[in-house]
Amino acid sequence: MKFMLLQNYGGMTREVPPMGEWTPAAVEAHIAYQKDLNAELRERGELVEAQALTTPDLAKFVVSDGGATPVVTDGPFTESKELLAGYRMIDVESVERALEIAAQGSAAPAHDGAPIEQAIEVREVMGPIEH
Amino acid sequence: MRPRGDIEGLLRDAAPRALAAVVRRFGDFSDSEDAVQEAMIEAARQWPAQGTPESPVGWLVHVASRRLTDRIRSESARRRREDAVAADRSEGGPSEELDLDPVGGEDDALVLMFMCCHPALTPPSAIALTLRAVGGLTTAEIASAFLVPEATMAQRIARAKQSIKASPEPFAMPAGEERAERLRSVLRVIYLIFNEGYVTSAGAELARAELAAEAVRLGRMAHLALPEDPEVAGLLALMLLTDARRAARADAGGELIPLDEQDRGLWDGAAIEEGIALLNEAVGRGAVGEYQLQAAIAAEHARAARPGDTDWGKILGLYGLLEQVTGNPMVSLNRAIAAAMVDGPAAGLGLLEGLDDRLEGHHRLHATRAHLLQMAGATAAAIAEYEAAADRTDSVPERNYLTRQAARLNERRA
Repeated sequence: MKFMLLQNYGGMTREVPPMGEWTPAAVEAHIAYQKDLNAELRERGELVEAQALTTPDLAKFVVSDGGATPVVTDGPFTESKELLAGYRMIDVESVERALEIAAQGSAAPAHDGAPIEQAIEVREVMGPIEH
Repeated sequence: MRPRGDIEGLLRDAAPRALAAVVRRFGDFSDSEDAVQEAMIEAARQWPAQGTPESPVGWLVHVASRRLTDRIRSESARRRREDAVAADRSEGGPSEELDLDPVGGEDDALVLMFMCCHPALTPPSAIALTLRAVGGLTTAEIASAFLVPEATMAQRIARAKQSIKASPEPFAMPAGEERAERLRSVLRVIYLIFNEGYVTSAGAELARAELAAEAVRLGRMAHLALPEDPEVAGLLALMLLTDARRAARADAGGELIPLDEQDRGLWDGAAIEEGIALLNEAVGRGAVGEYQLQAAIAAEHARAARPGDTDWGKILGLYGLLEQVTGNPMVSLNRAIAAAMVDGPAAGLGLLEGLDDRLEGHHRLHATRAHLLQMAGATAAAIAEYEAAADRTDSVPERNYLTRQAARLNERRA
């Protein structure tokens, strides 16, 4: 079963300052945690892909009516907390395992070393009809 | 599919020359490439047991040509049967007289590079085709180096071959001004391949490091074919001098280490020596171009045993020349850093002011300004610029580096 684990800019269940205001050690610990998690999933054959996206500052929205000039709106956006920050695509045996991995992602260390408690959206990828 | 050891090296050197010879004879790039690939598989099977032929290129040309001739024969035979028309004895296929020592040699590989950097192709297509046809990499290897699925890369290469097939451009060296123009494309494609490999990327570091080595190899081939061209030598020197810092450029976790914090003992002395020798020879030939200038700057850094020994005055002069030659605002950013090292941060910050229009919102502008503000002791402003840069970069290691810089300054301030 394939799942997308989606991480938005918002979705923090507690007060966490922007990363630029963390101590270098806290930044280091957070980055190392994410890398280790990816390495662990890769090792277990469960990681399909993990990507971080560029920030909402660089985001664009495109609307086209099929005519000549689509409407392109540039960032930054005030509602940027709802935008995607990154994702992991995993391929696992069960929905329980997907939730377990999401929990690991949600518990990455924050500025104070305690889990960041960020909400991770877990979405199963639709399969072919035989699925 | 690739065989190991000496035979692998032999095959990879021979393949582009064989391909060039087969394309010259049969005209069709795509079919010729398939045939040479098949011949290489055959070679990988036969050579270890039967020994390496005296002329590996000739052997590959012979086997590939035989396959193509067979294919053309069976196709025309099929057509004859379908048409129920008696065979014409003067069959239109290629001559079976195979010269086992193809003319051209090294130059053929260069013609092949010129073909792959065809103006009808976008840079990503030219890169993929160059790696496949000239570099002899498999589609799977190229796909993994560029982090795309193999089917995507196969399609990109197929489309590139179609574009070349559809173009009226003959398999030959373009003449005059067009030749110079095409050589610039070839050098740019090689440099793009190098940069793809040099920019570290977590998770896929190995595959990408091989791209840098591949670019150096292509640079050597071009230099061998055009030893008199100072820019070809300049590009090779630039790649060698830059690649020499590879071991010092990132930590064990793949995070970037800036030039002035690198362990210079890890730099590759042999590569530096070769790069500087190439550069000195090239500069003596006149016609200074952008690759020689960039190589000269890299050489200045390489010559300094410690960061404090760097001759920033000379580097500032070189960036000034490079700015004139290229008109590239990224070069102006680097000149501002050099100016700050020579005349103090205020001088550098002054130079940045003129760049807001051309580089508005670009992460490199913010990162450079952050660095110079930090030098000037304007900590709060530097932190804001580091954060702005981190928000705008599209590279994960770079974002990590910039975020860490901001965090360090914050800690120092607290």
